[in-house]
Amino acid sequence: MMGYKLEFADVLAQWPLFVQGAWMTIQLSTLAVVLGFTIGTLCAIGRRSRYRLLSFACGTYVEAVRNTPLLIQIFIVFFGLSSAGFKIPAFAAALVALVLNVGAYTCEIMRAGMDAVHKGQIEAAECLGLRRAQVYWHVILRPAMEKVDPALTSQFVLLMLASSITSQIGVEELTAVANRVQSDTYRSFESFIVVAVIYIVLSWMMRGGLWAIGQVVFTRRRKLGTLA
Amino acid sequence: MGGAFNVNHFNFMLTGAVWTVGLSLIAFAGGGLLGFAIALARVSRNRLLRWPATVYVQLVQGTPLLIVMFLCYFGLAMLGLNLPAIVAAGLSMTIYVGAYAGEIWRGCIQSVPRTQWEAAECLALRRWQRMRLVILPQAARIATPPTVGFMVQVVKNTSLASIVGFVELTRAGQIVNNSIVAPLLVYMLVAGIYFALCFPLSWWSRKLEVRLNFAHRRQPDLAFAPA
Repeated sequence: MMGYKLEFADVLAQWPLFVQGAWMTIQLSTLAVVLGFTIGTLCAIGRRSRYRLLSFACGTYVEAVRNTPLLIQIFIVFFGLSSAGFKIPAFAAALVALVLNVGAYTCEIMRAGMDAVHKGQIEAAECLGLRRAQVYWHVILRPAMEKVDPALTSQFVLLMLASSITSQIGVEELTAVANRVQSDTYRSFESFIVVAVIYIVLSWMMRGGLWAIGQVVFTRRRKLGTLA
Repeated sequence: MGGAFNVNHFNFMLTGAVWTVGLSLIAFAGGGLLGFAIALARVSRNRLLRWPATVYVQLVQGTPLLIVMFLCYFGLAMLGLNLPAIVAAGLSMTIYVGAYAGEIWRGCIQSVPRTQWEAAECLALRRWQRMRLVILPQAARIATPPTVGFMVQVVKNTSLASIVGFVELTRAGQIVNNSIVAPLLVYMLVAGIYFALCFPLSWWSRKLEVRLNFAHRRQPDLAFAPA
């Protein structure tokens, strides 16, 4: 074993790049979470549909995404679509792949939450004359979200970490920055340590942020004082 | 360069798939042992065991697997060890599986009802006996479905080993694609092979879960069943 001294000075001198990369990671993850959550929730509603074709289509999408690696999904969207004549920039391809990915996981989580809503509650809401959309919004979706909130938080943090994979198609996010810095400074280990620390901070920030959103959105929980 | 997709390409990809399975098994064996130790340390009463395990889980779960791979890859090189890519890949997968499996199993150990601990204590079993004879067998039952489900994640995440140059399924696909340039076909096939590996596991995990929930749901029903 050779003696090796860790030298962070050269790496840390590149801090503006790290800030840019982190910002790109934040943008990518936020967009993917918002869009993916929307798609996933719609898909979960679709899976409960009476129309066989719709629920089958949603189920197929979820299984296809959950049983293949994100890296391959990114390659299919980026290289596959461009070879089929749809040329899209790397950022858009990465976003599409991440949205499809997190959408499928959200769908499963939301479905579990919606299944946990007691049938009697839905029947009661129907008896009160609520319309279908109202039943979905007030009686099914919001309590379901409240129930699966911790699972969603974990999934979204995993997505933020997984966005590191988009560096492979040239999206200039945090991991790509680490690769660039390590090839400029020849300080590979140090570059990746710095980036690992930034990711840990980002994941704490994300957990904190999602917790705060939960506090605002789930008013019932706040009123009852049953803090998660 | 050029040429059409043929049987040899497909065979090359299947060989890659064998390495994907191999790396998954290595990850699961190594990570399983580490994860078991982490789970036990996390429920330990000894702070000197609990704290390092908690810090370890926090660090690994806050870092992307890709970064862990780069750290292992460059870290081993930095120590002057010139090892093949599978060592770096296997090591990083072990680190990753250890943290996630450890957390899953900790949850399972803690979800064994409190009364089981107390009953074992009343029978004058020592702490380790309580763990080994009473808690772990019950925790193992609870742990089976999520563990099988997690294996799907492990198989999928071995695809990241392609980035540090280990020739498994994804890397094999890239190599084939570099020679024939048909990304949609090649990556769809790769995705299909991954699906064929992962879907049975997903399906099995769901089956196990239904069975476990069934067993749990029946008990209160039986209590009210007419005699």
